[in-house]
Amino acid sequence: MSAYEKYLRNNRLPHILCSGCGHGIIMGAITRAIEKADLDQDRTVVVSGIGCSSRLPGYMDFDTLHTTHGRALGFATGVKFAKPELNVIVIMGDGDALAIGGNHFIHACRRNINITTIILNNNVYGMTSGQFSPMTPQGHFATTAPYGNVDRNFDICELSRAAGATYVARGSAYHAVMLTDLITKAIFNPGFSVVEAISQCPTYYGRKNKQGTAVDMLNAQKENCVTVAASAKITSDQMQGKIIIGELHKSEAPEYTAVYRNIVDSLQAKEMK
Amino acid sequence: MSPTIKLLQGNEACVEGALAAGIQFYGGYPITPSTEIAELLAEKMPRVGSAFIQMEDEIAAMAAVIGASLTGAKSMTATSGPGFSLKQENLGYAIYTEIPCVIVNVMRGGPSTGLPTSPSQSDVMQARWGTHGDHPVIALCPSSVEETFWLTIRAFNLAEKYRTAVILLLDEVVGHMRERIEIPDHVDNVLTRKKPSVGREGYRPYQPDADLIPPMASFGEGYRYHVTGLTHDETGFPTNDTEKAGILIDRLHKKIDNNLDDIVEIETQMMEDAEIMVVAYGSTARSASRAVKDARALGIKAGLFRPITIWPFPANELKQYLPQLKQVIVAEMNLGQLILEVERNVAGKAPVHGVLRGDGELITPTQILARIKEVQ
Repeated sequence: MSAYEKYLRNNRLPHILCSGCGHGIIMGAITRAIEKADLDQDRTVVVSGIGCSSRLPGYMDFDTLHTTHGRALGFATGVKFAKPELNVIVIMGDGDALAIGGNHFIHACRRNINITTIILNNNVYGMTSGQFSPMTPQGHFATTAPYGNVDRNFDICELSRAAGATYVARGSAYHAVMLTDLITKAIFNPGFSVVEAISQCPTYYGRKNKQGTAVDMLNAQKENCVTVAASAKITSDQMQGKIIIGELHKSEAPEYTAVYRNIVDSLQAKEMK
Repeated sequence: MSPTIKLLQGNEACVEGALAAGIQFYGGYPITPSTEIAELLAEKMPRVGSAFIQMEDEIAAMAAVIGASLTGAKSMTATSGPGFSLKQENLGYAIYTEIPCVIVNVMRGGPSTGLPTSPSQSDVMQARWGTHGDHPVIALCPSSVEETFWLTIRAFNLAEKYRTAVILLLDEVVGHMRERIEIPDHVDNVLTRKKPSVGREGYRPYQPDADLIPPMASFGEGYRYHVTGLTHDETGFPTNDTEKAGILIDRLHKKIDNNLDDIVEIETQMMEDAEIMVVAYGSTARSASRAVKDARALGIKAGLFRPITIWPFPANELKQYLPQLKQVIVAEMNLGQLILEVERNVAGKAPVHGVLRGDGELITPTQILARIKEVQ
C-alpha cells in the first residue's frame, strides 16, 4: 500500500472518469501532497463544485463537500472562516472555477483566505460532453464551437496573481512529481494559493481537436511545458506555443481569518479593561 | 435580571433575536431594505467572537452560510427579493443536504429591482417554490418588532431541530418600523442540532433516527463524511437508484409534515363566532386586525386568521373554521399569492375575495373594512 492510499476511499473506487483522463493522476498528486504536508486527515476538508474534477473529493477520505456549479469557494470560505483551524482544499475545473465561478474565484484571491485551490484545466466542459470553456483557446473546436472557438481564453495564473493570490503555480499531469511538489508548497502557503493543473481530456477536447490518444496528449504536455528556469534562457520566439510550469508567484500578505481574529482579540481586550 | 426595554426596528430586533439564538456565522451581501441587519451584525458579532463576512454576491453568501453550518456554527444570511432570487440555488442545496441555516428576506416591491424602499409581500411563492425541484419549506412571517425577535429565535430552533433551511419573511414595514420591545436577559429553549452518538465507524450521515432526522456531525470532528447535492443514500454518497431517490425525497417531506403541530403557528382574533374570516399576515395583519374590530363595532361578525408560520400553510387550522364561514377575505401586498392556498383549502365552501395590491403601498384598515361591508 502506498503512503497516500490511506487518503483514498478505496470502497468508492474505481472512479467514474474516462480512461485516459488526466484527473486521476492529479488526484494522486493532491493526495501525495497532503501526505508530504502531513495534514491531519480529520482536520482537512476537501470542497468541490460541479464537473468531472468535482467528483474527486468523493474518492478522498476526508470531510468532503461536493457543492453547486462554480460555488465551491463560497462554501469553502464559510468552512474556513467558521473554523480557521481546519485545512481547506478546493478542487475545481476550468469552466467551474472561471466561468460560472469566476466572481467567487477573484474575490477569494483578493481576500487571501488560507485555502489551497487546485484548478484542473482540461480546456473543456467534460461532464456535459465537450462544450468550450474559458480555457478553450480561440479557434479550437468544441461541440458548441463547431466552426472554431470565437472566445479568447484566460491565463489562470496571471488572473490569480492580479486578483491577489499569494501563491500561484502551474503544473501538468505529465509532470506529476513536480505537480505534487507545487501543491505541497501551496498547502504550506499561509494564504490563498492557486495551482493550475493541466489535464488531458482525450474523450472530448482531444478528439474534437485531433490531438490523438491520451498518451499523445501527455506527450504534448511533455513537449510544450517549459519550466520557469528554462523559460528564462530561451528567446520569445522559442517560447511561442509553450506553457510555463513551476512556481509563478509568491508574496506575503495578511491572511483573512487572521486579520479578523486580530479585530476580535482587540475588541475583547477592550471589553476586559 | 429584568428585561431591557428598547425602541427598535424590526431589522434590529431580528439581530437581537439572532444573537439570543446564538448566531455564530453571518454571510451576507448589502441590499435594501435588509441592510441594517448586516450593519448591526458587523458591529456586534466580532465583539462576541463570532464570524461576520460580507461576500462578493448573494450566491456566495448563501454558500458560505452552508459551509459554516457544516462546521457546527449556527448560521444566517439576510436579503431582499432580488437577492433572495440569487440565493435560491444554494437554498435548495441546504434543504436537500439537510444543513441548518436561516435566511431572512425583508420583502420589497418587485418584480426585478422593483421598488427597493417600498413594502410588499410578493415573495410568498418565491419562498415556497423559488428553488427548483420538489422540496419542503419552513417560512415564518412576523407582524411586529417584538414578534420578529421571537420568530428569529424560532427560525434558528426549527432549522437546528429539523436540519433544514428556515426562511424568515419580513416585509419592509415590519423591517423598518420602530416599536417598543422587551428583550429578555436570557432566552430559554434555544435548541442546537442533534449530534451522532456513534463514532466514525458506525456513522451513516443520512441515516435518520425514528424522528426521520439524521444526527449531524460537524466537519473537523473526525467523521470524514461526504456531502453532495446529488441524490444520495444514507451513506451520503451519490446514487442513481430510483428507489433510494424516492426514499430520500419522501423522508424530507415527512420530517416536516409529521411535525406540523410543532411547526405551524397561527394567531386568531374574534374567530369564535366569525362568519367573515379575514386572512392576513405580516404588516397587513395589523390593518386587518383594525378592520375586523371596526366591523365588529358595526355588528358584523368578522374575525382575523393570521398565519405566523406561512409555510407549511396552516391548512388544518384554517379548515376547522369552514363550517361557520360565509365569506373569506385575503388581504396581501401582492396580486394574489397566499390567496391561492386559501382557495385551495376553502375548496368552494365559501366565496374567497381578495384585497390585493402590488403598487408598493400599504393596505389600509379602511380598504379591508370596505371589502368586509361589501361582501357581508
